[in-house]
Amino acid sequence: MISSIDPLYAHGISLAVVLIVLLRVVVAFAVLLNAVIVMIWFERKAISDMQSRIGPQRWGPFGLLQTVADGLKLMLKEDLMPAEADRFVFKLAPFLALIPGIITFAIVPVGGTLTIAGHPVLLQVANPPMGILLMLAMSGISVYGVMLAGWASGSKYPLLSSVRASAQMISYEAALGLAIVMVVLVTGSLSTHDIVAAQAHGLWHWNVVRLGFIPFAVFLIAITAELNRPPFDVVEAESELVGGFHTEYSSFRFAIFYLAEFMNTITMSAIMVTLFFGGPAGWVPPVPHLRWIFPILWFVLKTTIFAFSYVWFRAALPRFRYDQLMDLGWKRLIPLSLGWLLVVSGFLIAPAWGFAMGAVVLLAWTMLTRAFEIGASRERGAEAVLPVIGARPVPPEVLREWTDQEDA
Amino acid sequence: MIAATYSVGAVAVFVTAALLVLVGAIGVISVKNPVHAAMSLIMTLFGVAVAFVAQSADFLAAVQIIVYAGAIVVLFLFVIMFLGVDRREGVRVEPLVGQRPLAATGVAITVAGIVILMARSHWVSGAMSVSTSGTALATGSGNVSQLGTAVFTTYLYAFEATAALLVIAVVGAIVLARRERLIDEEDA
Repeated sequence: MISSIDPLYAHGISLAVVLIVLLRVVVAFAVLLNAVIVMIWFERKAISDMQSRIGPQRWGPFGLLQTVADGLKLMLKEDLMPAEADRFVFKLAPFLALIPGIITFAIVPVGGTLTIAGHPVLLQVANPPMGILLMLAMSGISVYGVMLAGWASGSKYPLLSSVRASAQMISYEAALGLAIVMVVLVTGSLSTHDIVAAQAHGLWHWNVVRLGFIPFAVFLIAITAELNRPPFDVVEAESELVGGFHTEYSSFRFAIFYLAEFMNTITMSAIMVTLFFGGPAGWVPPVPHLRWIFPILWFVLKTTIFAFSYVWFRAALPRFRYDQLMDLGWKRLIPLSLGWLLVVSGFLIAPAWGFAMGAVVLLAWTMLTRAFEIGASRERGAEAVLPVIGARPVPPEVLREWTDQEDA
Repeated sequence: MIAATYSVGAVAVFVTAALLVLVGAIGVISVKNPVHAAMSLIMTLFGVAVAFVAQSADFLAAVQIIVYAGAIVVLFLFVIMFLGVDRREGVRVEPLVGQRPLAATGVAITVAGIVILMARSHWVSGAMSVSTSGTALATGSGNVSQLGTAVFTTYLYAFEATAALLVIAVVGAIVLARRERLIDEEDA
């Protein structure tokens, strides 16, 4: 377990060590902020391309400075606060949304180990023994940003949005945790550095292959829901809730929410690369002095691919309805990841146990499907339709669904 | 046996954590708005998590944040917002007769118990941990594997019984909630 401590602190703490730590923090923060600026530009450009538009083009080459211009504009706008607002919480909430994204990025290993002035330096801000649990804790905290922003606005739609958001984020945290448990199980350590080191020996050791595709799929869906990104953005469904939890926010506070959303997107892409795609692992060409730079390039490349996939989701997928979203979380993802967890832990002991667990999971899956069927027929079967219709008006699409079910 | 030396850093961390816990705890009972009280509670939980980290109990610290701050207080807030009780409540009203004297007595007994325990100094050693087996805590690398081994070997039955109890509670809650809704629909 010694590897879970940062080797930088092994020989006591000198001035050089303090400076290196400060340098790591400042570089990580600056890179993250700049990455957000590029990410916002990238998202707008990519979506424009997919929708046959041109997108931002006036500020800087290819419109690269558009985000800077937008940020300046937002800062110069009037800062409004509703009369009904809870002033302290209203001011606090944007920062609660922003800080977890920054803290989570601290545990992401960006590259290998670098030697600066004789000190071995891990290219990650911190390598705490609790490791990936820090990410779970921070995603738990990020609920408050949305929730308190909606409540503190003292307005109807933000409150509805925040209640929705908190229910959604808590629901998907369970599936998220189970997917992470599988990664921790095969690695044998919580530390992100160890998780990456265990995947460093080639493509077949990457967790996405080693665990089967399922945990990665569950994680991707759950993390998209945690981020409130499309297609899970019922939080800011503008057709129902005006602008969602940040309807009442303007000026710089709105800019912070915007920043938080994109910062979280980048951080979670990086976490996904760390957990399932080997982090900075990749082919390193035999060059004499610049070998340390290639892992960083691999990491940036993989993270960019995931950042692009989020943009793609946004452009391609329609928004989930709220009940569909809850069904997916509770009735599909959690049983699926629980079952797969059993199979993975079975295979870790012996192949025979793995297959036995697979059979058990299949049996449980059949029973669960049957239970869902019975539950559904009890709720909206032929005998349930008529009295309900008699009692209260039913929206036409619900009626169509019930009658379709009856025919099938 | 009381370890005599503490580093400046350890004392600073302890004082910070203690202040977070105390200010948060006082806030929970003195603030009038329920949402602000819940936020004070989060502050207390964070203080406890900091204290856990200082004791190299990293897993406990993470679980403290994930479960208590990340889920339970969110549920508190959820209920507060959903039921619309987020307005100031009269502090002078006493729903149960004689609850204040009873609470004062309870606090007095607890404090007296803690003081007696500390005076006998049986559990107050000043050491990082009271565990005797294994040195994972001493090296400061966290105690996840130690905790896991204990839960799945020595305390397996207690652990499984707790799990079964929780599942029963969840199923019971769902059954109760569902039945109410079905009756409601039949009536309507």
